[in-house]
Amino acid sequence: MTQPIEPLIRCEHVEKRFGHKRILRDVSFTVAEGEVLSLLGANGSGKTTLLRIISALVRPDKGEVWLGPVPLSSAADGIRRYIGVVAHAPLLYDRLSGIENLDFYARLYDLAEPQKRIEKLLRTMDLWQWRDDAVRTYSRGMSQRLAIARAVLHDPPVVILDEPDTGLDLQGIQLLNELLAQLRSRGRAVFTTTHNLEHAKNWSDRVFELRSGHLHQIELPDRIEHR
Amino acid sequence: MAELSGAERVRSREGGVAAYLRRVWAVAEKDVRAEMRSKEVVGTMAAFALLAAVVFGLAFDLRVPRPELVVPGILWVIVLFAGVLGLHRSFGSEVERGTLAGLLLAPVERSAIFLGKAAANLLYFLIVEALLLPALLILFDVNLIEPFILLGLFLGTVGYVGVGTLFAALTSRNRAKETLLPVVLLPVLAPLFISGVGLTSVILDNRGTAEVWPWVGIIGLYDALVFAIAFLLVDVIWEQI
Repeated sequence: MTQPIEPLIRCEHVEKRFGHKRILRDVSFTVAEGEVLSLLGANGSGKTTLLRIISALVRPDKGEVWLGPVPLSSAADGIRRYIGVVAHAPLLYDRLSGIENLDFYARLYDLAEPQKRIEKLLRTMDLWQWRDDAVRTYSRGMSQRLAIARAVLHDPPVVILDEPDTGLDLQGIQLLNELLAQLRSRGRAVFTTTHNLEHAKNWSDRVFELRSGHLHQIELPDRIEHR
Repeated sequence: MAELSGAERVRSREGGVAAYLRRVWAVAEKDVRAEMRSKEVVGTMAAFALLAAVVFGLAFDLRVPRPELVVPGILWVIVLFAGVLGLHRSFGSEVERGTLAGLLLAPVERSAIFLGKAAANLLYFLIVEALLLPALLILFDVNLIEPFILLGLFLGTVGYVGVGTLFAALTSRNRAKETLLPVVLLPVLAPLFISGVGLTSVILDNRGTAEVWPWVGIIGLYDALVFAIAFLLVDVIWEQI
């Protein structure tokens, strides 16, 4: 008999309102090791709010989010070491070069050997030849690829991606697909939002949609073929 | 946290005071590096300070018998207003470019972010003051490059940067931050301003060092209070972004 695997992300009965508007209503789900969960939803449906709650940036009004055994409501700053986030904004400094941006974040995460890791990621994201260029000279797709590199720089077990396919060309999508496959194979729990159902189907083990604050699972009949 | 460890983890270094200081330094160095390329903050502050000195020079040239009477006030007024121009960019630029979330998502103590920002601001202020003092010497023929004046100016700047960085963080997400910051900041700076002018006047009037120390003490106490309050408040400021 196998031991039940504790999910890396566990969201339980989360509710959030802004003023009188209820954005999230009794939202519950889990993401296990090596699982990719995608969330669809119209603009303003609360996807980003949910993502910010899981990222420990915003507290829910009700409910709790757990990272492994740790409830976020009582976690210390150090819990953020276990989360990597690609947000709407790339979270990059446009006056600094690509390598300087990653070096800065590596220092915030206090990585022991940042240069090897930075080089590996810049090569993976096909940005090595532009590493010394200021980020403000990057195209949208290049910035997004660097933002993804920044998010996984510290190799977090939980990766949260807010519309990571935004602004990516075909090559960028291909790199993103490869990265997600790598994250899955290495046991990372990935929570992502997107507007693109096809991307969600390609990436994910499960797909949910956020409607009127409630979470609805979308059936994926061809799931076995995709795996 | 064994449950959260993956197959291959990127190693992090040990924590402690050294790690905390490394993070403070990282934030400060990042700000200074970006500023060296944009010259957004120091350029604006320095231009304002020098122009204000010239304007004060023209305003008082014909009517003041002894410039020593007005120069202490001019020095501190210019520092006060030039500082406001630069401080709101401290967190304002992070909010506008969406990078504040990147700082807050990192496993970094909020106080380390505050201290890093304050250290960068302190450097900007000191550069501007290094330009302002010779300018006042040329325009008013008053030498402010005296050890006690420099000590008072440095301590006063530390306090100003502390309270200014804190208030810049508080107002950074307000749409009217450029106008809100001076409105909330200037009343809080009144004790510092009065002490700074008092200390500078004592030195210029040659009233002896015995009269200097009380002013130094007040400014030092102000600095200690500002940083103690800032350390208590920084966690609350960014609780929800």
